[in-house]
Amino acid sequence: MFSSKFLDKLKGRLADWNKTAEKFRQKKSMPRFFTVSGVDIDELYTPLNIEKYADDEHYWNEIGLPGEYPYTRGVHHTMYRTRLWTMRQFAGMGTPSQTNERFHYILKQGGTGLSTAFDLPTLMGYDSDHPRSLGEVGKCGVAVDTLADMEIIFDGIDLAEVSTSMTINSPASMLLAMYIAVAEKKGIPSEKLRGTLQNDILKEYIAQKEFIFPPRPSIRLITDMMEYCTKKVPQWNTISISGYHIREAGATAVQELAYTLADGFQYIESAIEAGQDVDEFAPRLSFFFNAHSDFFEEIAKYRAARRIYAKRMKNKYGAKNPKSWLLRFHTQTAGCSLTAQQPENNITRTAIQALSAVLGGTQSLHTNAMDETLALPSEKAALIALRTQQVIAYETGVANTVDPLAGSYFVEALTDKMEEEAEKIFQEIEERDGVLECIEQGYFQRELAKSAYAHQTELETNERVIVGVNKYVMDGEELEIPVLRIDRAVEQEQVEFTKKIRAERDQGRAEQAMARLREVARGEGNTFEAILECSRAYCSVGEMCDILREEWGEYSESASAMQVS
Amino acid sequence: MDKKIRVLLAKPGLDGHDRGIKVIAAAFRDAGFEVIYTGLRQTPQMIVQAAIEEDVDAIGVSILSGAHMTLFPAILDEMKAKNAGDIILFGGGIIPDDDKEELEKLGVAKVFTPGAPTEQAIEFLKKTIADKKSDEKIM
Repeated sequence: MFSSKFLDKLKGRLADWNKTAEKFRQKKSMPRFFTVSGVDIDELYTPLNIEKYADDEHYWNEIGLPGEYPYTRGVHHTMYRTRLWTMRQFAGMGTPSQTNERFHYILKQGGTGLSTAFDLPTLMGYDSDHPRSLGEVGKCGVAVDTLADMEIIFDGIDLAEVSTSMTINSPASMLLAMYIAVAEKKGIPSEKLRGTLQNDILKEYIAQKEFIFPPRPSIRLITDMMEYCTKKVPQWNTISISGYHIREAGATAVQELAYTLADGFQYIESAIEAGQDVDEFAPRLSFFFNAHSDFFEEIAKYRAARRIYAKRMKNKYGAKNPKSWLLRFHTQTAGCSLTAQQPENNITRTAIQALSAVLGGTQSLHTNAMDETLALPSEKAALIALRTQQVIAYETGVANTVDPLAGSYFVEALTDKMEEEAEKIFQEIEERDGVLECIEQGYFQRELAKSAYAHQTELETNERVIVGVNKYVMDGEELEIPVLRIDRAVEQEQVEFTKKIRAERDQGRAEQAMARLREVARGEGNTFEAILECSRAYCSVGEMCDILREEWGEYSESASAMQVS
Repeated sequence: MDKKIRVLLAKPGLDGHDRGIKVIAAAFRDAGFEVIYTGLRQTPQMIVQAAIEEDVDAIGVSILSGAHMTLFPAILDEMKAKNAGDIILFGGGIIPDDDKEELEKLGVAKVFTPGAPTEQAIEFLKKTIADKKSDEKIM
């Protein structure tokens, strides 16, 4: 890149430059210059920061070209010039028919993929009529108890055409099984289905805490499902290894990067241990990252993620298929960065975060609505969020060229820094005997609580500014945003519907399917096949999860995971 | 010297988002309170029972799932049933203004919403508990 003669000259020029710059350093516009994650940023980046790339071999091992190892510059040769990212807005609320209506609306407005949000009882494997579901049905997503609900959600939607993402983890197998069963009834073979299942249980223990079973049987559910999908649902992304929630729970960008990749490597090791060939399943793994407010740090995070992953897949796990080396990812803008104060400002935050995801080479994107610190998004707010992506795609010109920030002294140096910091965390996890041990010892949970508290302390001491929260505050602010409310009647309606479906189904078939699931759970065999048969027989998510709870037990956090910091 | 303020912090319902409650727990601890954090998925019965056993001045709950209009009243009912109405119940979460007003009418001492500094909650508890103690002395 740069000759040593040039770099020597630059050093001399910088020494002179520095004398003049010193005069301006007497004053500072901010007390400290650091990323949202606390990484200190230098005043100036120059070719000296990327000096090592002058070495030919180093350049090809670390940066290279888009669509080629190590994919730092992107997973496709031509990126958005061939195909824009998928604009995938997460939606789901109330009853299945309300969600079906919202899905039709999203597709009509130019959304190009569906993404389903489930309510908490569904996420926790309880039916709507379970006592613990009281007050939660349909609140933060759609309620799904049986196949009948899934039939309604996807009514009038061509499952061979649309790609569907489902945000579900502990009961992920049950929901995918129901999706396959809906497709079967529509006459669509499972080979044609495209979509993504979140199915990332490790980050549940670490961050989002929607776990049901202990880690080891949970991993079995996942590897069984992967095995089934490799054979029968080959276009399905079986796990979306998620940093999003880890970030939302308080992680820094570096922690998000490192913990997420560590989780990914854990799944890979588990599948290899279960006897699967890395090149058979790895091409269907995908990732899900957060886009927070520190613009360049986020871009560097995505670039570093691709590079770290490619290196490990090739060198450590011996993957030979280049498709196994690719880290493809979905991005969602940071919910935790949104403010309830002057919520319209959230549109601006979201736009900038979305831009970082695009410049970082995301494959799909969800932009948050401005009102999400108040409630689920209203239709208007959700529409503005989608329009934000369309403005970036069609008006800003950022999609005209591939990885436009490559070669920036700052961006390359920060990408290197992210990788270096992540490697330190991998080392620490290894010293603590791996991801599962770290979860059980509460290591991740304590680290996140520490970071979250440090962030809050910075806000309260005004070391960090959030517009409208600790600076430019408006007193007596009246909200003018309509808030979406889920009618309380939703719960009753859903409870009655599920009772009716349970009463009307073929009991013999349902009982037989559930008995088989219990037998498999207790012993050998593929749990996913048993779950698929239960789903076809209209067994509910709660019934299936209860069987597994009885056989495998329930997980609860250890005292060390509950420590505050 | 006054007795330290004792607070029970809990996550009711199915919601697992515990970032907020852990931040509050750390802030209370640094403010000199004694904090007992119950962890996730506590039923109203479990919360009130723990509050009585731990002899706390206040119960703080965090609800981000939208189930606040069910869970807060259930905790208040349980407090009444167990004669624990003297304990201060407060909370926070994704709670629209109208609901916040209604909950405060029902007997929740204070509902904090996103963006509220931890200092606000600390001052609120100190003042409410001090006022209550001086009332008790008069009586």
